[in-house]
Amino acid sequence: MANKEWTEEKVRVGDTDLVVVKGGKGKALLILHGELGWPGWMPWNSALAKDRTLIAPIHPGFGKTAMADWIMSIRDLAGFYQRYVREQKLGPVDVIGHSLGGWIAAEMAAANPAQFSKMILVAPTGIRPPQGEIMDMFTVTARVYLTRGAADAQKPDFTKLFGGEQTPEQFEAWEEARAETARLAWEPYMFNPSLPHLLEGIDGVPTLLLWGKEDAVVPLSVAEVYQRSIKGSTVVAIDNCGHYPAVEQPAEFLKQVQAFLG
Amino acid sequence: MHIMWFTERAYHHVPEDEVLKLRSFFGVPNKFFDPHKGAQLLNQYLDEKIYTDELGTFDGVMLNEHHGTPFCMGAVMDVEAAVLARCTRKVKIVLLGNPLPVVGNPLRLAEELAMIDMISGGRLVPGWVRGAGSEQLANNANPAYNREYFEEAHDLVIAAWTRPGPFRWEGKHFNYRFVNPWVLPLQKPHPPIWIAGLISPETVRWCAEHRYPYVALATMLEPTLELWKMYTDRAAQMGYQAGPENFGYLQPVFVHETEEKADELGRNFLYGGGFSHFARPEWMFPPGYNSKAATKRLASLYANPNTPGLSFVSKDHTEDLNALRKTIYAAYAGSKENLQMITGTPKTVIPKLRKVLAVLRPGIFSFWLDGPAPAKDRMTCLKLLGTEVIPQLREIGKELGLEGPFERKPGSVPLGPSGKPEYVGSMAGLQA
Repeated sequence: MANKEWTEEKVRVGDTDLVVVKGGKGKALLILHGELGWPGWMPWNSALAKDRTLIAPIHPGFGKTAMADWIMSIRDLAGFYQRYVREQKLGPVDVIGHSLGGWIAAEMAAANPAQFSKMILVAPTGIRPPQGEIMDMFTVTARVYLTRGAADAQKPDFTKLFGGEQTPEQFEAWEEARAETARLAWEPYMFNPSLPHLLEGIDGVPTLLLWGKEDAVVPLSVAEVYQRSIKGSTVVAIDNCGHYPAVEQPAEFLKQVQAFLG
Repeated sequence: MHIMWFTERAYHHVPEDEVLKLRSFFGVPNKFFDPHKGAQLLNQYLDEKIYTDELGTFDGVMLNEHHGTPFCMGAVMDVEAAVLARCTRKVKIVLLGNPLPVVGNPLRLAEELAMIDMISGGRLVPGWVRGAGSEQLANNANPAYNREYFEEAHDLVIAAWTRPGPFRWEGKHFNYRFVNPWVLPLQKPHPPIWIAGLISPETVRWCAEHRYPYVALATMLEPTLELWKMYTDRAAQMGYQAGPENFGYLQPVFVHETEEKADELGRNFLYGGGFSHFARPEWMFPPGYNSKAATKRLASLYANPNTPGLSFVSKDHTEDLNALRKTIYAAYAGSKENLQMITGTPKTVIPKLRKVLAVLRPGIFSFWLDGPAPAKDRMTCLKLLGTEVIPQLREIGKELGLEGPFERKPGSVPLGPSGKPEYVGSMAGLQA
């Protein structure tokens, strides 16, 4: 990886020193990582960084940013990020959120749509599936959760990132992410029943709902609820892809994201 | 010395292969449970405890609690404790312990325990545990808040027992607008509290801060001494000298009239993989259940295939259950050698027990009998313990100066003038 495409900086938000990964140039793009933490700077980040400034905060409690005792739900965390966007004068900003990060973005939009210009939700959790259920990450190991969530866990794109022998460092990082996710989303698991009601009628935030057709973690039925709730949102479901489009189908993922962001 | 007896209330009518296939007792489908057989067993276990009382030499009986596992049917230990409160006369009823984090309503727990203390005439020793990881899953108790739940529920129960009501409780996790339990424990200011644990240093230190005796659950001797040291150091910071009254030990002991019969009982202890198959690692250690320090330790353990408890489960990929069974039972000889398990006739177990007592110097000692065995063999074991082993054990206890928590109040000995604590126990005791 060619360094230094990105840097790490600390931004004071209330009592928290928020660690933010930052790279690229141009209009800001806020990236909210998923339930297993920030996976590191990936090729799609490099591609977007050519004409966008990527801003990827590490959520409090997910490793580099210390846990904040008062953040006990995804809505609390969304409130924290609203404060961050407000204080850093980032809004209205484009946002892309993965899985649990998509849920955070949706909560932020429900509270204040005006802080976002465009929104990409990649297989977001947050809504109870009308059919099926969200795969429980807490009864299996992180590795098993990742493997089961991918359409083809043997694919080199996937194994490069998540395969191989588990190092103690990776184990610790995953355990930390899992612990914080438990604090935020243990019960009800990975959704808030009030979210679809609060999202209803949101207008003026072009939204892309990006899904893998074979997502075994968040059923596609969740996409329909998001689409119904957010006016003018579009669902794009990618072939041969599970819960991790950015990793499993990087080219198609990038194409969709770039086309949408313009 | 306080001497007591413990058994999980296991359900043994599960084909062993089902446990081995899963590498776990927790999670065995409950289609294998027959309530008729379960009822017979639950009553047998209660009868054994009542018999312990009748023998007259035991100081206490110990109960615990697990959920969703044939390893232990005692899913609500207070129910059993209530029966024993009424049906026994002398023994202390020692609960090690109520899993505070999985109890949704600690105030109700305070009331249950107060009732048990009253019915028993003040014989209750309520203890607390964090609950195994699997208990968090079985009760949907957020494991990431396990320690916070534990500490706040503890504070609330003590407050409910000791602070005049009605008062309001507004904690991080528990909220009550009207705390005023009518039933209160007979023992004042509240019943003596003991804590059981396996490895967690955080619990050991917390125990020392509260001057609660710490009961190590069949841990290896050397790491147990390390826990004692940790406790003693914290105790010294608190200004007191820890002694035998601060420590307890649970020890699998299998006694019968002949070595062969005792050996048979001991071997059964490994049924289904024993404690190493209690639950799979992902269920033993759910997210956030461990502190960061404990996770760090675990991370290095994962790289070591010889870690007890993790070795069979996570590293043994054999599909051949008979091969797995062979591996499990092959560990038996080693467990006896390092005194993790003690088997024999009353005459032959005494020298081994003496070694354990000399090494650990516990003021609380509990025998542990488990594994599928005919009821009559279990009763024989109990009888021999009560009539032949305990009288000798008491003599050894006196000789070694092992004062229990009812003889010397835990935390009552001030730290010596040097300001440096004396450590309890030593591996040199093996030469005793």
